[in-house]
Amino acid sequence: MATRRVTRTEQLQQTILYPVDWLEERSGLVGGLKYFLFRKVPGDINWFQTLGSATLTAFIVQALTGSILAMYYKPDPNSAYPSIQHITNDVWAGWLVRGMHRWGASVFIILMFMHMGRVFLFGAYKYPRELNWVIGVLLLAMGLAEGFTGYLLPWDQTAYWATVVGINLNGTAPFLGPFIAQFLQGGTYINADTLARFYAIHMLLIPGAIIALIGLHLYLVVRLGVTSPPWSREAAGTGSIIPSRNGGRRGLTRPRPRRSR
Amino acid sequence: MQPHSPVDPQDQPHVPGPSLWPVGFAVGVVVLLVGLIVSWWIAGLGALVALAFAFLWVRDLTVGTPLTHTPEVPPESPTGPALPATDGPAAMPLSLSDERFPRSKFLELSTLGLGGVIGGIVTAPALGFMIAPAFLKQGQKDHDLGPLSDFPEGRYVVATYMADAAQGEVSRRTAYVRFNGQQNGQPSFSVISNHCAHLGCPVQPNGPLDEQNKKQHGDVTLIPTISIAGFGCPCHGGQYDTEGNRTSGPPVRALDRYSFSIRNGRLFIGKPFSVSHVDGAGASAQIHKWKLSFPGEPVSGLESWLYPIQPPH
Ligand code: HEM
Ligand code: FES
Repeated sequence: MATRRVTRTEQLQQTILYPVDWLEERSGLVGGLKYFLFRKVPGDINWFQTLGSATLTAFIVQALTGSILAMYYKPDPNSAYPSIQHITNDVWAGWLVRGMHRWGASVFIILMFMHMGRVFLFGAYKYPRELNWVIGVLLLAMGLAEGFTGYLLPWDQTAYWATVVGINLNGTAPFLGPFIAQFLQGGTYINADTLARFYAIHMLLIPGAIIALIGLHLYLVVRLGVTSPPWSREAAGTGSIIPSRNGGRRGLTRPRPRRSR
Repeated sequence: MQPHSPVDPQDQPHVPGPSLWPVGFAVGVVVLLVGLIVSWWIAGLGALVALAFAFLWVRDLTVGTPLTHTPEVPPESPTGPALPATDGPAAMPLSLSDERFPRSKFLELSTLGLGGVIGGIVTAPALGFMIAPAFLKQGQKDHDLGPLSDFPEGRYVVATYMADAAQGEVSRRTAYVRFNGQQNGQPSFSVISNHCAHLGCPVQPNGPLDEQNKKQHGDVTLIPTISIAGFGCPCHGGQYDTEGNRTSGPPVRALDRYSFSIRNGRLFIGKPFSVSHVDGAGASAQIHKWKLSFPGEPVSGLESWLYPIQPPH
């Protein structure tokens, strides 16, 4: 490396980037993030492949709005419904956050199904990604359970009776059904503890599981790479593969040319 | 400008060179904090000073004084090639790898074992705490519904009561109670649960209520019906006759019933049980009685084999 006078702009740049470098040198996090964001994907990748990230965004919205709602919501049979009224009518922007959480719940579920449909139609569940499909199914089940447990929380007539029906539906599962139903409602009948039970499951147990599963899911996505669409000529080896200047495949993201300094 | 790659073999620890700027930075922070208490413009001044010195400090760091000497790493074996472990004064016994229970194996297993035991000790009570209460002490206490005279003969009375006063309104239940007259010198009652045998919605009497003759004592409310043509469910349209037999819709059996008892001329509602169907009507009805099951589970016939064990109710 030839020695050269360090210019003023370079010095400024270094000064500004120093904290980033500091973090990188001690944790490798910056490199990791860059690797995640700028990893190579097939050149003919499709917009439908953004549905997974859309689902992730919907989940993050649910997690955030839910945490805020939890600051005003009171999970006991006597105050649950009034606290919901309070959130909707009195708390500043409460109607908005509650609306985001309530409509977002449907958006999350719908996006999950659309993402699953994309994976299915693209055949992206095949070797070596079977395990990610299995994790996806678990995520789907967890997501639906979130919808079920969250529905009870407003504690109005719809919430109550929909939950009675839902619990008894679980009760009709062969053999274990009655035990599942009784576990869910925490007794033979819906009782004073049922609401708090659903609340704990809704805001702690299942979200924890979902976050862990999303971590695994994304780890596998990064490790295995993303599939090309089924019509991909490139993947079939029959299309023209235009190599880019620096030897990579054509793609949405081009690796930056390496300049040695 | 590239971030330093952590795998660069040439990499040296980036020890910052000596610098006096942190002193100015600290002064700036102190002025800022004092300013927060005293006045806003002093705080602003402090912030400016701190920022300026922080910038100078960081610039100093990036320019950095290159390390003039590399710390000496002592070579692995200062006196020539290492002896094999089986040689020399500190030799290990030859049969190390032939040991049947090497120490590392023991440590490995005991770590796993101890970890498992500790995990189990912590998890088991927590899981039990989550699951067991749902299945313990579920028994219903008998509940006083009022004097027998409150129940006119041949008419259903809508009785609601709080099964557990400590729990409050959540524990409110509804039963339809009909006095059937005397049977062998004993008063006879039909006490029908309002839990739909499809999926548990509250069935309603198909007919008008006699609100004028509503009675209330304690947590119990009694409203007689005028004349009803059975019961109907608002959820999915299940229909039942006046004995609780399913007549149409998705329910899989008749409506559940409660046992009852009479003490000192008052009616007490007792434990619920399931009913597959009822033959006959009124006092002479023959009730086909089964262990209490969740709604939607057939209690007789082939399908009932799917639900061999019921949790303790
Ligand atoms: C919380 C719900 C979920 C989130 C946040 C999520 C997120 C993601 C993301 C970001 C990707 C990569 C981008 C993409 O292909 O769209 C992905 C890929 C994948 N997902 Fe999901 N997903 C969820 C649910 C599911 C479900 C329900 C299934 C199927 C049952 C599934 C199966 C897969 C598979 C097999 C891949 C690999 C696709 C490929 O390599 O082309 N995921 N997921
Ligand atoms: S719950 Fe009564 S018909 Fe479905």
